[in-house]
Amino acid sequence: MLDALVKKQVRKVILYVILIAVSIVMLYPMLWLFGASFKSNADIHSSIWFMPKSFSAEPYRHGWVTGSEYTMGHYFLNTFKMVIPTVIFTIVSSVLTAYGFARFEFPGKKVLFSLLIATMLLPVIILRIPQYVMWGWFRVLDTYTPLVLPHLFASDGVFVFLLIQFFRSIPKDLDEAAKIDGCSRINTLIRILVPVIKPGIVSIGLFSFMWSMNDFIGPLIYISSVKKYPVTIALRMSMDATGNGYDENQIIAMSVISLIPSIIVFALGQKQFVEGLTTGSLKG
Amino acid sequence: MEATASDNKRSQKKTKSARKLGESRFHGLLYVAPWCIGFLLFTLYPFITSFYLSFTRFNLVTDPKWVGLANYIRLFQDPIFKKSISVLFEYVVMEVPLKIVFSLLIAMILNMKIRGINFFRTAYYIPSILGSNVAIAVLWKFIFQSNGLANQVLAAFGVPPVGWFGEQFPALMTIALLRVWEFGSTMVIFLAGLQSVPGELYEAASVDGCSKIRQFFKITVPLLSPTIFYNLVMQLIMAFQEFNGPYLITSGGPQHGTYLLSMYIYDQTFKSYKMGYAAAMSWILFVIILVFTLLVFRYSKYWVFYNDDGKGNDNA
Repeated sequence: MLDALVKKQVRKVILYVILIAVSIVMLYPMLWLFGASFKSNADIHSSIWFMPKSFSAEPYRHGWVTGSEYTMGHYFLNTFKMVIPTVIFTIVSSVLTAYGFARFEFPGKKVLFSLLIATMLLPVIILRIPQYVMWGWFRVLDTYTPLVLPHLFASDGVFVFLLIQFFRSIPKDLDEAAKIDGCSRINTLIRILVPVIKPGIVSIGLFSFMWSMNDFIGPLIYISSVKKYPVTIALRMSMDATGNGYDENQIIAMSVISLIPSIIVFALGQKQFVEGLTTGSLKG
Repeated sequence: MEATASDNKRSQKKTKSARKLGESRFHGLLYVAPWCIGFLLFTLYPFITSFYLSFTRFNLVTDPKWVGLANYIRLFQDPIFKKSISVLFEYVVMEVPLKIVFSLLIAMILNMKIRGINFFRTAYYIPSILGSNVAIAVLWKFIFQSNGLANQVLAAFGVPPVGWFGEQFPALMTIALLRVWEFGSTMVIFLAGLQSVPGELYEAASVDGCSKIRQFFKITVPLLSPTIFYNLVMQLIMAFQEFNGPYLITSGGPQHGTYLLSMYIYDQTFKSYKMGYAAAMSWILFVIILVFTLLVFRYSKYWVFYNDDGKGNDNA
């Protein structure tokens, strides 16, 4: 009996050792990045310890002004010009579409729903060339339109799917009751259902913020003038310009700056991130 | 009593009038209309067009010119394309199983009613949330530089430094490691799946003297199979399209050693403006992904086990 108890304890210790080791592998690189952003260039590779020998704000000063003609502030503004409408469009269009699928019967619903699921599995790479040509026709290359506008049409099937799951969890009696009280369908959605599925809406808002904020290939394809670069592309540009070894701390400081909004949003919405992930993917 | 009766009547009347005002059968279409328009414009139309373009020569300036199968024939004589494909398979075979197994393993440990689960889950989740950020690629480049963190850690264990970006295998490995490092979201999904497996099953099995390993294969895997299946399909689709890693970290090198197909497609499209040729390549990639997805779907019949509540997917 005692033996089994000891065995259990030993097993627990082993598990914790594994978990802590993995945590170090997960977090230390980021801690190192943060520490290195205060180091001198010579100091960066001198040891694996993340703490700088002396703190210098110089990398941040350089990082903020970047090597280009614009500051990080300018690039952040560009990013938000892209991200904010994207998040709003995504939420509105996904809620409407999910409501349609979850609460109505209409001809062709089965087919449309299957197509919605199919788009979630479709490799987007196949669509890029014609999409690019199309935006060229509309004369909106080198603007944020190709990156933002599709979201007005619920282009992220995953989000629609996730919201459908949330709608399904609400009893239909609630809609019926609202109807009896003379509430129109759209009012039922806005006044009654939206407050109930708020956690789902917050989830998709957070995910769409994160994806749009960190999107790289989208702006890489569509945005060609430096003036309109979002943070991701600006960072990549400095990465190229910095090249081999000189002013490494500046690029590291820029990286840290560029991560800040995402980290704040993650810290605020941690619970929703986990919930969104598990609801959207599993209960299908 | 009377009041209730009249109330009932009134509400009945209202229901009737609401129905009369009514909703046509097409009312719901109104709500899904934006998605439908988007689907036609941004998915279906480009999908068909890219198929058409793959049979043309097209440089964006002049009109596409029909060339039949020429692009496809040229592809199979293109050494860079062949290299790209073989590197891609190497990458997928390396990354996907590693990530799935690692995620499942950690999820199982976290599922053992461990204290501090929230801390660990968050710690593991952060990299995958930030994952696509260019800053993480910057970080990775620094870690695997010749004098970077990775080699310094190896040196501490007496291992000679590795030229990570100097040779194909280690270079490909750095990208795969980055994606495995971002195992958090896959793990969270596994964890949710594991938490829905009733603990009594394990207790009963233990009582019957069933070993842990047997329990894993006889209880965990069957009950978790829908989750494994979902993660596998999603990871395959993502891995086959991997772009940021090679583009930002290794620039496709050394000697095209990490030149994954999506990067070749990108270069052909936006640098050489060989849109028709690139479209043909993207169709090959699409067919590869499709075949793999279908294979997983097909074989999932034999190993995916839906329990009763899971099966109520009237949407499938």
